[in-house]
Amino acid sequence: MIRVVLPAHLKTLAHVTGEVRLEVAGQDSPVTPRRVLDALETRYPMLLGTIRDRHSGERRPFVRFYACEDDLSNSSPDTPLPERVVAGEEPFIVLGAMAGG
Amino acid sequence: MSGVRVLVGTRKGAFVLTSNGRRGDWTVEGPHFGGWEIYHLTGSPADPDRLYASQSGGWFGQLIQRSDDGGRSWTTVGNDFAYDGDVGEHLWYDGTPRPWEFKRVWHLEPSRDDPDTVYAGAEDAALYLSTDGGAKWTELTALRTHPTGPSWQPGAGGLCLHTIILDPAQQGRIYTAISAAGAFRSDDGGVSWLPINKGLRSGEIPDDDAEVGHCVHHITQHPSRPDTLFMQKHWDVMRSDDAGANWREVSGNLPSDFGFPIAVHAHEPETIYVVPIKSDSEHYPPEGKLRVYRSRTGGDEWEPLTRGLPQSDCYVNVLRDAMAVDALDPCGIYFGTSGGQVYHSADGGDSWAPIVRDLPPVLSVEVQVLP
Repeated sequence: MIRVVLPAHLKTLAHVTGEVRLEVAGQDSPVTPRRVLDALETRYPMLLGTIRDRHSGERRPFVRFYACEDDLSNSSPDTPLPERVVAGEEPFIVLGAMAGG
Repeated sequence: MSGVRVLVGTRKGAFVLTSNGRRGDWTVEGPHFGGWEIYHLTGSPADPDRLYASQSGGWFGQLIQRSDDGGRSWTTVGNDFAYDGDVGEHLWYDGTPRPWEFKRVWHLEPSRDDPDTVYAGAEDAALYLSTDGGAKWTELTALRTHPTGPSWQPGAGGLCLHTIILDPAQQGRIYTAISAAGAFRSDDGGVSWLPINKGLRSGEIPDDDAEVGHCVHHITQHPSRPDTLFMQKHWDVMRSDDAGANWREVSGNLPSDFGFPIAVHAHEPETIYVVPIKSDSEHYPPEGKLRVYRSRTGGDEWEPLTRGLPQSDCYVNVLRDAMAVDALDPCGIYFGTSGGQVYHSADGGDSWAPIVRDLPPVLSVEVQVLP
């Protein structure tokens, strides 16, 4: 079970409170940001296009990804997530960048 | 007695203002989508409980919301606004080519007949159509790929398609306006487009009567005279009596012919309203006086409407989609300001009062008369 922390606006949009818990399909494949976001968007289709571009899959410029005190935003979306995230001990954090004053 | 519902889009959410037909006591509800920019919030003429909202923001992009119960509840619908086929290039501010890039939806225009059919005008300029209540959007590509498209340049607010008029008399006739390309007309439902900018003269471009390149701010039409169009251009108030084939200036005695919105009275097709703004570099009213100007002669002769509006130290702006009229008698006029005030007149503009004073900056105002 993967824990995902969403920014407030996206929690409102998805009608959730607190963390989202997701099963990421495919036990034999590494859990990556891409696969977590695929599962997130499948569960909450209203989030399509809000975190990453619908077509290119690129992260939106003012969205960041953190986990285990590391900024994963500029890593490949196919990089395996830390084991503590895969084990559900730490969340995968989607963050709205501090911007806009 | 009928009721009135005013739909207000702001920089930080949507608000719904309601009153009975006397338009005296108002209820303010909102914000919906708090923190998001609501460029446009509008209702279906065919079903007043069907509302559409363009919700966007710099962090999380574009969303479209739909309500089927007059704004009490909302559903996120489709936001896949893709350019169909070759994306192509337009000109950037510095004159270099730049690929079309979707940024946001400026305007939503529901069909007069079908609540599920709605058009969307986007930045970078493109026109989209949904026939399933906003779930899926299809680009009407002939506008963006018009032969003049590679020469279009953005206005200060971006290369935005901000005005869509679905002609009430001629099936398939659509008017659009794009800053800063100009006005376009289709007579075949968007399959082909004709620039309709003859007579516009814009000193900001080298050839001031060029076929395209005009910063049209807004166009309006009275349904009883569909061939007559009124336009607020960057500078100049214009009218056409031949469906946009030719335009003539009707700025007359306005204190400034710069502005954004233009509206036409619901029952008097030659009575029009503008809000003069001092200049393009000073987006506030001349002399710090917020004045709506009314012409009862279809332009040229204008009178200031000041009763109830601030006549000193007022430096707000009124944006292109932030003025609307209701269909009651007397006709009601509504506008919202960059200072967060929404003013209304229940007597055709003779007197004004604020409905609400302290909203976020207002981006759009629409009004519905409810049974």
